[in-house]
Amino acid sequence: MNLFDFAGYGDEIWRGVMLTLGVGGGALVVAVLFGLLGAAGKLSNHWMTQKLAFLYTTLVRGIPELVLIIVLYYGVPTLVQNLVRLSVPGYRLDFNPVVTAVVVIGLIYGAFMTEVFRGAFLAVPGGQMEAARAFGMSRFKTFWRIHMPQMWRFALPGIGNVWMVLIKATALVSVIGLKDTLYWSGKAGEALHEPFKFLLIAAMIFLGITFVSEQLFRYAESRAQRGVEKVRH
Amino acid sequence: MDFELIAKSFPALMTGAGMTLLLTIISAPLGLALALPLAIARLSKRSWLRRPAHAFIYVFRGTPLLIQLYLVYFGLGQFHDTLKAWGIWWFFRDELYCALFVLVLNTGAYSAEIFRGAIAGVPAGHIEAALAAGMSWFTRLRRIILPSAFRIAWPAYTNEVVFLMQATSLVSLLTVTELFRSAKIIAVRTFDIYSMYITVGLIYLVISYGIILAFGMVEKHLMRHTRQPGGKKSLHQRAFAVLTR
Repeated sequence: MNLFDFAGYGDEIWRGVMLTLGVGGGALVVAVLFGLLGAAGKLSNHWMTQKLAFLYTTLVRGIPELVLIIVLYYGVPTLVQNLVRLSVPGYRLDFNPVVTAVVVIGLIYGAFMTEVFRGAFLAVPGGQMEAARAFGMSRFKTFWRIHMPQMWRFALPGIGNVWMVLIKATALVSVIGLKDTLYWSGKAGEALHEPFKFLLIAAMIFLGITFVSEQLFRYAESRAQRGVEKVRH
Repeated sequence: MDFELIAKSFPALMTGAGMTLLLTIISAPLGLALALPLAIARLSKRSWLRRPAHAFIYVFRGTPLLIQLYLVYFGLGQFHDTLKAWGIWWFFRDELYCALFVLVLNTGAYSAEIFRGAIAGVPAGHIEAALAAGMSWFTRLRRIILPSAFRIAWPAYTNEVVFLMQATSLVSLLTVTELFRSAKIIAVRTFDIYSMYITVGLIYLVISYGIILAFGMVEKHLMRHTRQPGGKKSLHQRAFAVLTR
């Protein structure tokens, strides 16, 4: 069993890895957006937005990813298509499977990002915002120039944790028929009667992604902390 | 939502939920039994203990559970003859044993990381006191370190068990008929995706709540020497707060 002999499946697996990274990266961006929205909802003073944000995180955290992915992936486009067909007769709206997967995974991990951002927003010292308000900055300007930039430093470790879970969850898109790393490794293993070898390759690819991500986030964190005095024990 | 269909398929769903619970109840304690020695080895001063434990934890936390499941269930077929010669093929031929095997190793790795943090978080003064009292390594571990570590780790370990229960849904892809697969079978036959999957989603939520509640009771027992965190709130109120956090 030579792990480096891809038997002609190297380019397919490579395309699969690109899809995995693409779906993962796209979903991370969507998750950050939903996370910011969710955190804004939880921290708002309005009971409606608060309740909505809590409902969102509770449903997502209480239900397995696989169930959510399958329900949202097959359910929501059909629901939207039916609505479109009712409102505009004869029009058919088509969903790109990759984009749908990105949005679905982003929506799921947005719930976990909500917690990260909520904590990060609360971690910024209140005096900062008071000072900005005292200078006559508007509420929006205070948020945009003072609160938001400082929040990222506190959010970074949490974003890293969510990313590690998110990238591994993208392996589930092979179940809904997307041609990712796991899909192509499975196909290659089946065709060549070497399922263990090719699945092991897929596992090692994910291990590589996790390892590189870990280093990148460690570097990003140390850069984000460069203005902060280190406490010596 | 087709409530008649839901009512009719409820017994089948409950059988599936039973399987989900069984998978969780078997793999959680076995995973914990694996996690404790792993966590202790991971913190050991001896590199021949520390390195393999670290590698095991790193590999199982760094790869998707789905690939781990496929690797054992579909992958080991590649070594069918060897496994048969060793007399262990009956184990890896069975989808349920494969599922449990992978779930135990996976939750073992994740729990080990939780308990590693908890053991490292035991106050140094407690250990020094135990040393001063002349306790042996094992007595120290049993009487001082592990009780403290369990108290520290418990909330995070509760989360891990909830995740483990949810992760058992992946086992449906190895054709084990647990909660999700039992719903999928009916959904495929009746084309009523919404009714079945929304019901299943709610059942998962209820089971998550049940786990948090049960673990909350244990936590109350573990923390009986302290003033209870959360003050006068009932166990249900506390479990609800954890679920909707």
